[in-house]
Amino acid sequence: MNAIGWLNLRSLNQEGIVFAIAVVLFVAAAIGLPGFIDPNNLVAIVRSVSVLGILALGMAVVIIGRGIDLSAVAIMAMSVAWYLQLLNTGTPDGLAFAYVLSGVLAIGLLNGFLVAYADVPAIFVTLATGSFVFGYVRSQLITQDAVPVPQGHWVELLGGLRFLDIPIEVFVFAGLAFLFFLFLRYTKWGRYIYFAGDNPAAARNIGIPVRPMLVLRYVLSAFVALIAGLLTAASLHSINTRVVNSTLLYDIVLVAVIGGIGLSGGRGGVRNVLVGAALIGILLNAMTIIDIPLLYQNLIKAAILLGAIIVDGIINPRDEQTAQQGDI
Amino acid sequence: MKLIKTLMAAVTALAVTAFVAPTFAADDPGPAAYAQALKGKRVMLVPLAMGFDLAQGWAHYLKKEVDAWGGTFETRDPNWVVDAGAQAITDAISSDTRPDVLIIHAPDLNSYSKLMKKAQAAGTYVILVDNPANFPADAFVGSDWDRLGQLEAEAAIKGCGPNSSKKIGLVQGDQANSSSLYQYAGIMKVLDKNPDFKVVAKPDSNWDATTSRNVTTTMLQQNPEICSIIDFWDGDATGASAAIRDAKLDGKVFLVTTGGGEKAADCDKLADGTYGAVVMTDLARQSGDMNAIIKFLLQSGQPAGTSHTYIYTLEKATTKADLKPDSCWDLKALQAEAAAK
Repeated sequence: MNAIGWLNLRSLNQEGIVFAIAVVLFVAAAIGLPGFIDPNNLVAIVRSVSVLGILALGMAVVIIGRGIDLSAVAIMAMSVAWYLQLLNTGTPDGLAFAYVLSGVLAIGLLNGFLVAYADVPAIFVTLATGSFVFGYVRSQLITQDAVPVPQGHWVELLGGLRFLDIPIEVFVFAGLAFLFFLFLRYTKWGRYIYFAGDNPAAARNIGIPVRPMLVLRYVLSAFVALIAGLLTAASLHSINTRVVNSTLLYDIVLVAVIGGIGLSGGRGGVRNVLVGAALIGILLNAMTIIDIPLLYQNLIKAAILLGAIIVDGIINPRDEQTAQQGDI
Repeated sequence: MKLIKTLMAAVTALAVTAFVAPTFAADDPGPAAYAQALKGKRVMLVPLAMGFDLAQGWAHYLKKEVDAWGGTFETRDPNWVVDAGAQAITDAISSDTRPDVLIIHAPDLNSYSKLMKKAQAAGTYVILVDNPANFPADAFVGSDWDRLGQLEAEAAIKGCGPNSSKKIGLVQGDQANSSSLYQYAGIMKVLDKNPDFKVVAKPDSNWDATTSRNVTTTMLQQNPEICSIIDFWDGDATGASAAIRDAKLDGKVFLVTTGGGEKAADCDKLADGTYGAVVMTDLARQSGDMNAIIKFLLQSGQPAGTSHTYIYTLEKATTKADLKPDSCWDLKALQAEAAAK
């Protein structure tokens, strides 16, 4: 192996590895599976990971700032379930939406406040608020796990929206990804998130408003969760709060982390989320076409993810900085 | 003073009854024996979760009866978490107010077997509802899932018709729950007898509507000529129906599913054409069966675990054509009734 080749291999980070695996899988599926390369199937792949990807965008911003939001799925399901319940019991639409929006923002603020000002670790705060949101809404505000969208409501119409035969979720995902990209790359507060995530103490010393920004990130994450919930209800014409008990939360963290956003903060961006979502989408779609049972699907998914992490560990051995800083 | 008045009134009433009532009515030993065996007995329902139609319907009908014979009815809500259900059962067995009858909605074939054995050893009758388990309970009340699968397959074949592509897609639940496994077995039995009908894909939804939508989208993408899809539960069949709608195959793909026969979940969706056929559980009758076996067990005097009875609920595939006003029960009406009390 020549020096340049070695250099290239060295520069291959986790994002690159996952991207390579995704491309290999894509090519293999395109050759081996009939109908995989069909434009409609490609749209279906993107759509299947749209809601996951949107949630992962919110999670990514929080993780880059060296936090984590374990309440995202609870906020997503319970806010929309409450909204639909209000509509079903005759609350005017505008008022119902105002209630729900303020509820969502309040939980985001609470998360941010407890992490930023009360100095409670994010993992505990959001775990607790997530359980609280689920428990309170489920026991006090709604009567059933599944809440249907009222007939003819705009949420139902939203689910049927298509441009060029592509479902609306795909455009929302693409639009949000672009906005997050602009925010993280070109705004001052976006750049500050990296500084704060990389070294909060230093960021504070140079005058960055670390704490208010922390609050903003959790509010952003909660708001993004509401959008994801509305899109889910739009497509299914109902929302089932059982999703809070599912593995969706882990899948969100997975998409962000597998794409190469380090849990120790300060690294990664929108591109990592897209790469992670692409791998998961292609993998699930190909396995469904081959008709692999769910148990084996989980096994294969886990094996590929583990493989990517191991390869990353070999190519990018731990350096002084990560050793000192530690992982989550 | 008031006490004396009441006592005197009571004595007079007794005297009047003793002299006036015909003797054959006073001699019927039934009500007294019934009251003695049942009064103050405790019944507890531990479903997979209290938040879905079946559990709420069972609880409604059971509570009505148990209250009427002077017992105590309680529920526990594990909210789909197997551990929480196990904890609820453990607590119930060891508490001072140990239930006399425990009604368990098992999450899979094996999880609660040991606990149910413990409950019987402590003297609690165990009734399994809806989901069978590898355990000789005092009674099983619920669907014969194999038969239910057969009904679904027959409905799908009928929905496809003789001149169709004869291709059927399945959206299974998972590979652990007995209701999913037996349902699959039943479907395959019917399809074995109709060899020209083929299952072209059989992904799992893991009982999740979004997953059901994604796998159905892929399934229809790969096999656009599918004439019928059988989704194993109405709780996630909303996903399969969304995929059919999105593929603009409404009316071309006959969607068959199964559920608790709740109005909004099943009948409304049959009426608007979302579902082609639903194999519905007659919830009032199923709850009635449970009530009957509870009354029997409490009066039998036999130790828990003595007999093993299977009471299968009569199932039927309902389509839009044979939809009647009383085909479904209405959860909203039951909740309003409960709230009015």
